[in-house]
Amino acid sequence: MSIDRRVFLKIAGITTAFGLGGSTLINGLKKRGLEASELPFAGKQGGLTAKRWGMVVDMSRFRNEHDIQRVIDACHNIHNVPFFKNPKHEVKWIWTDTFNHTFPGMESEFMMEGLEEMPFLMLCNHCKEPACVRVCPTQATFKRKDGIVMMDMHRCIGCRFCMAACPFGARSFNWRDPRGKDEDGRPFIRKLNPEYPTRMKGVVEKCTFCTERLAKGLQPACAEKSNGGLVFGDLEDPDSELREILRTRYTVRRKQELGTQPSVYYVIGGNDDV
Amino acid sequence: MKLYDGGKIIFGLIIFLGLITIPFYFNAGKAVAPPKPKLDTPVIQALAVKECVKPKEIMRAEHMRILDDWRNSVVREDDRQKIVIGGKEFTKSLQNGCLKCHSNKKDFCDKCHTYMAVNPYCWDCHFTPKENKS
Ligand code: HEC
Ligand code: HEC
Ligand code: HEC
Repeated sequence: MSIDRRVFLKIAGITTAFGLGGSTLINGLKKRGLEASELPFAGKQGGLTAKRWGMVVDMSRFRNEHDIQRVIDACHNIHNVPFFKNPKHEVKWIWTDTFNHTFPGMESEFMMEGLEEMPFLMLCNHCKEPACVRVCPTQATFKRKDGIVMMDMHRCIGCRFCMAACPFGARSFNWRDPRGKDEDGRPFIRKLNPEYPTRMKGVVEKCTFCTERLAKGLQPACAEKSNGGLVFGDLEDPDSELREILRTRYTVRRKQELGTQPSVYYVIGGNDDV
Repeated sequence: MKLYDGGKIIFGLIIFLGLITIPFYFNAGKAVAPPKPKLDTPVIQALAVKECVKPKEIMRAEHMRILDDWRNSVVREDDRQKIVIGGKEFTKSLQNGCLKCHSNKKDFCDKCHTYMAVNPYCWDCHFTPKENKS
């Protein structure tokens, strides 16, 4: 009776294969600008609001693995993010990588001691000009008025255009059913949060800056557990703590040259305190 | 008019009719009763007035549309304003709203859906109260 997204896709695929609607589809994709995806949304009650949410990652506050793992767990536990051993199946909302992978092109011959071994925290950059939003054929990913690049799981058809478009690797595809178990019988989701949905096989997911927490007046889970290492705030508010840091410390963004205008900034130097 | 081999033909027809109507005899008097979704959950029993989001008749016919509205307003429009039923606040949510009251999904949602042969895929992602406990 009812058809799910995969059945729909199969039918749609067959139809396209017969050459029906193929060109219409391409024209439709061409015409869609970013603006079409920026939907209006109503005022909130008691939630945190901003003109454009952003974040500073202060690497000097992440001294050891525990500092980093605490922040990752805070996010992955409340959002039911599954853990897959096979790196090809990895699903991640916030993760780490080396300096050279985080800031390619910024590495040099003689670098600050320890920098290359240091794990850098990464999450969705919630770009001002998000490439993922441009390519999404169903507007499953869209930019909210407050700058958050949001995922609507109900519309995701799993085409992975957004993954190809995102230069930051911030998106993960569910190759396997996240509710399943590994060979040892351990569930992929280590700790279930019954208040938040899981995802299913065949959809793409990523960080949402904790929209469900902002609505309740709470900071994103990672920022809350970061002991000041992740500062969340309004980039457009000159009086925000975030802007104070950006005014007083030297910060960089990932892959600036691509022009997507990331909203996540990094303080890299380690010796001076805020 | 003369019907050649009339007896055989009529006999054959009777057997034929008997055979094709077997499913009807087979099902006579069972499995056709419409389902009666159960409302005896703790939260509903504690309600002063037994009300849903909308009157019962509307809920029956329109609940999928309400769910659609809710998810669009929550996910796309960031409107998580609470709804008030009988003076109490409830969240615009499937697992944290509808199923707070209708915590007996098996005896409620599934009863109708099985009968109607609809199989919403929502539960691939949204938790049902039973799974909460595990
Ligand atoms: C405040 C608790 C509460 C919430 C929240 C709630 N319901 Fe109900 N629901 C009830 C009660 C009580 C009835 C019986 C109403 C009546 O008999 O008039 C009911 C009736 C219904 C019916 C009709 C059942 C029948 O016998 O025909 C459906 C369908 C239904 N609810 C679905 C939902 C859905 C879907 C949601 C979420 C969008 C929801 N309900 C949220 C309490 C609730
Ligand atoms: C009174 C019987 C009844 C009850 C109780 C009921 N439903 Fe339904 N529901 C239906 C019918 C009938 C349909 C199919 C309508 C159609 O196909 O047009 C349906 C369809 C749906 C759909 C859309 C499915 C699709 O694939 O399009 C959703 C979602 C849904 N119901 C959720 C719920 C939830 C959640 C509950 C329990 C809180 C519930 N329903 C309780 C009768 C019921
Ligand atoms: C691929 C996974 C997935 C599927 C399938 C899915 N949802 Fe959701 N749904 C989500 C996620 C993730 C959210 C966001 C929750 C949040 O931000 O609080 C959500 C939010 C919602 C919300 C608003 C908030 C809440 O907590 O409920 C409603 C209502 C909703 N979905 C209804 C449905 C219905 C009805 C179906 C089935 C027809 C469905 N969903 C299928 C993942 C899914």
